[in-house]
Amino acid sequence: MNYFPDEVLEHVFDFITSHKDRNSVSLVCKSWYKIERYSRQRVFIGNCYSISPERLIARFPGLKSLTLKGKPHFADFNLVPHDWGGFVYPWIEALAKSRIGLEELRLKRMVVSDESLELLSKSFVNFKSLVLVSCEGFTTDGLAAIAANCRFLRELDLQENEVDDHRGHWLSCFPESCTSLISLNFACLRGEVNLGALERLVSRSPNLKSLRLNRAVPLDTLQKLLMRAPQLVDLGIGSYVHDPFSEAYNKLKIAIQRCKSIRSLSGFLEVAPHCMSAIYPICGNLTFLNLSYAPGLHGNKLMKLIQHCRKLQRLWILDCIGDKGLGVVALTCKELQELRVFPSDPFEAGNAAVTEEGLVLVSAGCPKLNSLLYFCQQMTNAALITVAKNCPNFIRFRLCILDPIKPDPVTNQPLDEGFGAIVQSCKGLKRLSLSGLLTDQVFLYIGMYAEQLEMLSIAFAADSDKGMLYVLNGCKKLRKLEIRDCPFGDAALLEDVGKYETMRSLWMSSCEVTLGGCKSVAEKMPSLNVEIIDESEQMEFNLDDKQKVDKMYLYRTLVGHRKDAPEYVWIL
Amino acid sequence: MVFEKDLNLDATELRLGLPASSKESLRISNKRALPDMNDDSGVAAAKKCDQETAPPTKAQVVGWPPIRSYRKNSLQTKKTEAETSGMYVKVSMDGAPYLRKIDLKVYKGYPELFKALEDMFKFKVGKYSEREGYNGSEFVPTYEDKDGDWMLAGDVPWEMFINACKRLRIVRGSEARGLGCVV
Repeated sequence: MNYFPDEVLEHVFDFITSHKDRNSVSLVCKSWYKIERYSRQRVFIGNCYSISPERLIARFPGLKSLTLKGKPHFADFNLVPHDWGGFVYPWIEALAKSRIGLEELRLKRMVVSDESLELLSKSFVNFKSLVLVSCEGFTTDGLAAIAANCRFLRELDLQENEVDDHRGHWLSCFPESCTSLISLNFACLRGEVNLGALERLVSRSPNLKSLRLNRAVPLDTLQKLLMRAPQLVDLGIGSYVHDPFSEAYNKLKIAIQRCKSIRSLSGFLEVAPHCMSAIYPICGNLTFLNLSYAPGLHGNKLMKLIQHCRKLQRLWILDCIGDKGLGVVALTCKELQELRVFPSDPFEAGNAAVTEEGLVLVSAGCPKLNSLLYFCQQMTNAALITVAKNCPNFIRFRLCILDPIKPDPVTNQPLDEGFGAIVQSCKGLKRLSLSGLLTDQVFLYIGMYAEQLEMLSIAFAADSDKGMLYVLNGCKKLRKLEIRDCPFGDAALLEDVGKYETMRSLWMSSCEVTLGGCKSVAEKMPSLNVEIIDESEQMEFNLDDKQKVDKMYLYRTLVGHRKDAPEYVWIL
Repeated sequence: MVFEKDLNLDATELRLGLPASSKESLRISNKRALPDMNDDSGVAAAKKCDQETAPPTKAQVVGWPPIRSYRKNSLQTKKTEAETSGMYVKVSMDGAPYLRKIDLKVYKGYPELFKALEDMFKFKVGKYSEREGYNGSEFVPTYEDKDGDWMLAGDVPWEMFINACKRLRIVRGSEARGLGCVV
């Protein structure tokens, strides 16, 4: 094995960048493990409670980039209480005390306090990149600390975070000497920003490639920014409301035309739909278009815009595009790989404007389609079977029918056959979300055919434990399973507890599992944390094992019970 | 959220599917019932809770549809803003002792707006033509746009107008000639 000196092996390992591959490399032998761990710079931790910061630091002293995920996925939908956990502070604190030269931190669904941002900004001289996705707990004061102290900051990317906006001066906190910005995304901030400071910042950032603005940035500022940064590749427009006959609009048209490198466009958080023609000149080069926050854009204006986007690979849109609009997408966007259609009116289930027809059109027109998120009014088996035939390359297939137990409206049947066709045809399917009326049968299909499936989301489905068993037995590569409102009980949960050690996590809420069943899992598998989340305080008064558990979240871990769980979380 | 578990009540049989179909009421004894999601699909949940308090349609299930809170809040904000915030602009009329304020959002188009102005200031707007502006009236409605220019009201589509209009001024016909050109 060791015919080569360590330096050579290390050089070879430099070419191995995927986390999976590097993990595999480290398992070959002790010598490879040692070389790999000293040369590893990027680490991904999918569940922050599966390992401790101390062990991370001990194993990877050369760590430069850390990705951490905190809360379970269903936390996105308000199913997990806010203070459940996922605090980043202990990680930053431990890293700060160590000699790790952290340069990049990427967090998803974590609680990030201003204190942690401040500590982060002061502890790592070469810190370059902060990416926060779906996080909470911080204010613009924390951002001010990052701006002020991270002298070589290249990337500040805030995606869909709930930020307490103190309408402060955080943008002004970037010192004059900061000229290294490559990416700045503050679209999710709701407050005012200092427009002058923003203009000056952009002016002195010659490497700026990605800029996503929030609603508070008006059109005339946008025009000035574009004049100063024609090299932009990714643009997020904040406010786009103006009079098409105005001077400001003419100036904007000129500014946009100079931006020949823009490949990605998003935002339009406020939009006047009759002014989209200024955008047409750059549409032909776009590979990513995100209009999912622009409900003002629909009908003919939207379709006309899409018709200019022939090179689109990823499209995020609202369902007000309608089936007809999806037909336009199918005719125009032949390179399309990813489509996401979000509901524009989530609580008015009767008004969703897309049905199975739109999806079928896109599947027929866009053969490269491999990733789908589709919120719709209804779906039929026939449509799903057609889609499966047209697009056998799906990696991600997430369907959400707004009425979650709606059957096929034509045949009145469950959607088992339709989803069955999807899993059978799409041999590379890694992620699947189901909805509509579904029996145990669909899970039989999933267990049989979905060999590459890594993540499965189930809601309001199945008839019995058999459904869950089919999945656990059949899907060998399953990593994340999340279930809500299904009739799965202890029999399914306890059938093969060893399986859970091969997975990252299992979430079950509003199912039939009991306290006794959960305790049993915890007893048999000390390498799992089995958490019961119960805010109703029922658990305190009624510790009967036959009690149904409202929310259970279990995950494998190397570091035992976490110490930061709130009162209503019981770790068995 | 209380989900009704026992669904085999004779009195209120839970049926899924279109009202016309009577082939099978699908056995769902293990499934938790949903609150009434959508009238059209013919789903009627057996409810123990007060009928008066529950709205007849569109009850909401926690966490459904599965969209991120951030996105949901954004859409709610947009809807609320669209529904509740007005577009108040000042209206002045030459010779009137004080100004008024009106909410442009409450009007569906120019006719309604002008009627309201006529009532408010006791004048008549006159007949509009593209070539000549307003004829047959002493007073003409004008507005200041976002660029600070004074424009004749009525040339551009309504949506465009309410987005651009910063304030309104009803000018005497003799001063109004020459308005109507942009730039």
